[in-house]
Amino acid sequence: MVAMAASDLSRLIAAVADTIAAHADELTALDQAIGDGDHGLNMKRGFEAVRAEADTFAAKPLPEALKAIGTKLVMTVGGASGPLFGTLFMALGKEISAEPDRAGLTIAFGKAIEAVAARGKSQIGQKTMLDVLQPVHEALAEGKTAAEIVAVADRAAQATVPMKALRGRASFLGDRSIGHMDAGARSTALLVRAVAETIERHA
Amino acid sequence: MSNVGIVIVSHSPLVAEGTADMVRQMVGDEVPLAWCGGNGHGGLGTSVEAIMGAIEKAWSEAGVAILVDLGGAETNSEMAVEMIGEPRAQKIVVCNAPIVEGAVMAATEASGGASLKEVVATAHELSPA
Repeated sequence: MVAMAASDLSRLIAAVADTIAAHADELTALDQAIGDGDHGLNMKRGFEAVRAEADTFAAKPLPEALKAIGTKLVMTVGGASGPLFGTLFMALGKEISAEPDRAGLTIAFGKAIEAVAARGKSQIGQKTMLDVLQPVHEALAEGKTAAEIVAVADRAAQATVPMKALRGRASFLGDRSIGHMDAGARSTALLVRAVAETIERHA
Repeated sequence: MSNVGIVIVSHSPLVAEGTADMVRQMVGDEVPLAWCGGNGHGGLGTSVEAIMGAIEKAWSEAGVAILVDLGGAETNSEMAVEMIGEPRAQKIVVCNAPIVEGAVMAATEASGGASLKEVVATAHELSPA
């Protein structure tokens, strides 16, 4: 991976915001099944706010841009997803270099996942976004292609269906949370797809 | 004011305001008190920005105890404390207690001049370990 130009970051922001907007209703439906039903709207509001300031973010060095995007998500998403996705970006910005290679990205991503786990007091296997982040991190570390990483993320989100939720509003439902995909896992897989496909297309 | 401040964070502005009313009935103006509720866009939820504002409003050098309702309120409150940063962050505690009972009990304790640690301990006694 070479240095990320401002236009690349703008393109990534647009791709992510487009993807979240296109799937907002689906995310809301998933969240309505076992949560409070605000996930799609919350995520859309957050990423539209990021899109509105995309030029400002893209003008910054990558670490500062990611931290600023994370802060914006914290302030605009409005549910527990705000701090969780915000922390993912803020921690990634804190750990990553201005011009990361794949190894650097992998290490920074791993640390960002740890920060999300700490923020949510959660761990893998509890039917959360971590259940997608962790396999994606492994795929990154194993040198998988963008297409393979996207497939890993989709499978991982699908794999939350039979899980019983142990964190978040869905955990109130106990066994009744089984049989539904976790909305945060799905939105995480969508983010991974948007980022991986955009980078692949413009590599 | 040197008494510990109390912040109430609910997903619902009605719950937050109602809880604050109950606290006021108990302690009057002896305790710095602030509440926030809703996602800032007219819906249910919690807002980091609003929580930070409530902490500022109820700020006391003796510290601030935050009472929350559901998980997202806790996560957003912890985020708000982190964004307020040190040195004040170490004087702010998100309590593990039922929001209404916790707020009333914590404020009552605070109104007697109790330390942050004592106020938080009083709230925590309401939650089974």
